[in-house]
Amino acid sequence: MSKEWPLWEVFIRSQHGLAHKHVGSLHAPDAGMAINNARDVYTRRNEGVSIWVVRAADIVASSPADKDALFEPANSKVYRHPTFFPMPEEVKNL
Amino acid sequence: MNEKFEYLLRQGYNALILSQQLSRLCGKGPALEEDMALTNVALDLLGQTRMWLTYAGELEGRGRDEDRLAFLRDAHEYRNVQLVEQPNGSYADTMMRQFFFDTWHYFLMQGLLKSSDPRIADIAGKAVKEATYHLRRSGDLVVRLGDGTDLSHARMQAAADDLWTYTGELFLYDDIDNAMVAQRAAPAAEGLRAAFLEHVGEIFAEATLAMPSPDAYMQRGGKQGRHTEHLGYILAEMQFLQRAYPGVEW
Repeated sequence: MSKEWPLWEVFIRSQHGLAHKHVGSLHAPDAGMAINNARDVYTRRNEGVSIWVVRAADIVASSPADKDALFEPANSKVYRHPTFFPMPEEVKNL
Repeated sequence: MNEKFEYLLRQGYNALILSQQLSRLCGKGPALEEDMALTNVALDLLGQTRMWLTYAGELEGRGRDEDRLAFLRDAHEYRNVQLVEQPNGSYADTMMRQFFFDTWHYFLMQGLLKSSDPRIADIAGKAVKEATYHLRRSGDLVVRLGDGTDLSHARMQAAADDLWTYTGELFLYDDIDNAMVAQRAAPAAEGLRAAFLEHVGEIFAEATLAMPSPDAYMQRGGKQGRHTEHLGYILAEMQFLQRAYPGVEW
């Protein structure tokens, strides 16, 4: 087993109603200390109202090599954006 | 003698000396996260120092501000308890000193919330939020290190045994403390001591540490200006700039 503390990704919610946002990472031996450390490292300037920590090893990520296959096809399909379609004048508040 | 002025000095100097001690560890913590956490505590305590000493200076009414009270008084005029001037030592020593201080500090601030002096209650209101987190953090580390490896356990036990003798002074009230209690401006010693012993007992049990006897011999004198040899060195470093270049600002 590695003697290094495992890596944790830190997510902070800056205010109620907003989503948690990734702010960085840190090392900690377990979840409790990861929360404490996140408080000390990432919320010193009043940044948040809620903290999530996730073991970096538990995050499943897409492979950069798959970038073209995953994201490229969407580039040419601008009609998938709602703004693509002109709205009739008569339709208000849509 | 103005008892309240003296009492405010004690609170201010307790926070100041511990803050100065923790500041010396800035950049030297065992891990980046610990380093920042400890420095945060130091900054919290420095903020509290400013509130206590500013109020003390105003109350005294001789035009002394927080800086003069902090940087231009010698060791025998300092009124901090001896616990906070004990050396940083190993991380076990630092954390045990912090845990004893935080436990007492937390319950004292809780008591001062109900002070008959609204300004003291106001300062305690700000400090108690910080003290709550400090206590949670240092208690957590005492459990982790006490109930950790053989080495960490031995070091924590040694630190507890060494520092225990400096905890008695926290609850040893003199005329100044008693005058504050009589004015209902500060909480009585008995309740504070009971809360302190109970909390230390709980954390030590969880940490598998043996709690020293509450009736052990206790050091005393810091609050009256009689200090251990460590305080002079702390002040020499802290006050150097103002002593060498009086009135310098930046």
